[in-house]
Amino acid sequence: MTGALVAYRWELRKLVAQKRTYIGLGAAAVLPVVFVMVMALQKGGPYDAPLGHNLRRTGLALALVVLNFVSRFGAQLVAALVAGDIVASEHAGKTLKMILTRSLRRGQILTGKTLASFTYVVATTFVLGAAGLIAGSAAWGFNPLTNLSGVRVSTLHTLWLSVAALGVFSLPLIAVAAFAILLSTLTRNSAGSIVGTLVYALGQEAIAGLVHQSWAKHYLLSDQFDGWHGLFMSPIDWTLIVRAAWVSALFAAVPLALAYGIFKSRDVADD
Amino acid sequence: MPSDRPVEARGLVKRYGPITAVDDVDLTVEPGDVYGFLGPNGAGKTTTLRILLGLIRPDGGEARLFGRDPQHELPEALDGVAGFVETPYFYPYLSGRKNLELLAAFDRDGGRARIDQLLQLVDLSGRADDRVGGYSQGMRQRLGVASSLVRDPRLLLLDEPTNGLDPGGMRDMRRLVDRLSGEGITVLLSSHLLAEVEELCNRVAIIRTGRIVYEGMLADLRASAGTNRYRLRTTDSRLARLTLLEHSDARDVSPDGDELTFSAAEEEVAAISRMLVGAGLGITALVPEQQSLESFFFELTEGEPVEAVA
Ligand SMILES: Nc1ncnc2c1ncn2[C@@H]1O[C@H](COP(=O)(O)OP(=O)(O)OP(=O)(O)O)[C@@H](O)[C@H]1O
Ligand SMILES: [Mg+2]
Repeated sequence: MTGALVAYRWELRKLVAQKRTYIGLGAAAVLPVVFVMVMALQKGGPYDAPLGHNLRRTGLALALVVLNFVSRFGAQLVAALVAGDIVASEHAGKTLKMILTRSLRRGQILTGKTLASFTYVVATTFVLGAAGLIAGSAAWGFNPLTNLSGVRVSTLHTLWLSVAALGVFSLPLIAVAAFAILLSTLTRNSAGSIVGTLVYALGQEAIAGLVHQSWAKHYLLSDQFDGWHGLFMSPIDWTLIVRAAWVSALFAAVPLALAYGIFKSRDVADD
Repeated sequence: MPSDRPVEARGLVKRYGPITAVDDVDLTVEPGDVYGFLGPNGAGKTTTLRILLGLIRPDGGEARLFGRDPQHELPEALDGVAGFVETPYFYPYLSGRKNLELLAAFDRDGGRARIDQLLQLVDLSGRADDRVGGYSQGMRQRLGVASSLVRDPRLLLLDEPTNGLDPGGMRDMRRLVDRLSGEGITVLLSSHLLAEVEELCNRVAIIRTGRIVYEGMLADLRASAGTNRYRLRTTDSRLARLTLLEHSDARDVSPDGDELTFSAAEEEVAAISRMLVGAGLGITALVPEQQSLESFFFELTEGEPVEAVA
């Protein structure tokens, strides 16, 4: 096994052993259930949200509608909660000196942390998807869906598209996590990194709201959280999806490169 | 280039702003040494060990561990080397055993099979599956030593290993160091306790505000500490002083009330006493100064201040 994989495996085990990890996972599991309960207690609903007109008609829409709701703030918070802590906690816990004097390179250790953060982000997204599917179909059945172009999509096909949508949604979230890793490495402060990451995500949102040229906001990270909408158009809008992929990749690569530069050469004497 | 010499440091310098934490430090540790790195708080022991372990970069000088440079050749430079600085820390939410498994994995699984035996060695078998968060400092210190031994090192770097231990724990730790040394492991251990270094070490470097003020065999340090300074009382102190200054190899002759103190080798002292009697003086007292190693150590580390600010 390569050094980075060794580090990755143990980072995952560490995440599994930490309470912090379950805040995000738990929220992802509970949110769709809460959504259904709130809908059950009142008449109307967010029918004007993308795919919202499907609510109460098919449970398949629930997770997708919830994605729209968490895409402005909640998902970023959950990503930052773990990724913003992943390097900083080693400083706070003074454990860096223990792991950096073994046989793995610093780069391999940071790679392990990066991959573990990304895994957590993807896992949280899919937990939300699974919880949405279960809660949604229990409440509203397992029926076909009417997509954003008004075309009926079969249940099985919707299921596949939903899996793909969760994947596409994960991409910008991974980029947010990458930024949180940079802050975590740079500031060595967990709380600061989490807050900083939220400011960063909300800042992109704000800039996207300010710029009038629509082409400019297409290349901000905030817009990529809607990239998966392309899957629910007829025909599928690949431009949205491909753009979500490369813009997110760019927004992930730059902070990660900086984080590596810092982590590899930094003095470890902060205890 | 690999070599047999566990540690060779030349001219190490590390600055923190205006403070020169480590100022031109040379260290040479030979195979089999139990090398004491002795100095008071803030002298630069931990900073030096951090440089050796590749945790920080020196501003000057270079270090070699078995001939390899921890600044440029990590992780290879730490092959056969283990240790930690200050108190060891672990992931509090994992058990002691899991922490060791993690570190063994980070060693590419070299020591995994030894973990049980090591837990036993440091007397933690009973608590190995408890979370480290609930360990006392002494338990963490012992787990730290176990975590170093997981690497099966030829060179062990220990930074104040008895720090924070109760007297029994200190004794056990010293026995352990003794035992490991007996098994052929070279040990470099820092301490601010002279007695500890005296008990365990064969060689010593004394550091003070970043500078090495003594380096050598502990036996030689003992020799230079106590035995070569003498106190002399005679019937005529003035004449005695002149005689010493003009006709003997005595050094640092200084009057002290109606007595004199001077430094000389033991054989020289015999000659001096005959000479004084020959000059018509009556000797009422000629005794070696009772300076303990301890007071010599304090003199070295607290005497005239050494400028530490660059
Ligand atoms: N990260 C740092 N930033 C600023 N100053 C530092 C840092 N690390 C060490 N120093 C300074 O360098 C000097 C040497 O510190 P060091 O920790 O090496 O001493 P020490 O001999 O290990 O002391 P102790 O016996 O208290 O452990 C001190 O003046 C300390 O304040
Ligand atoms: Mg220290």
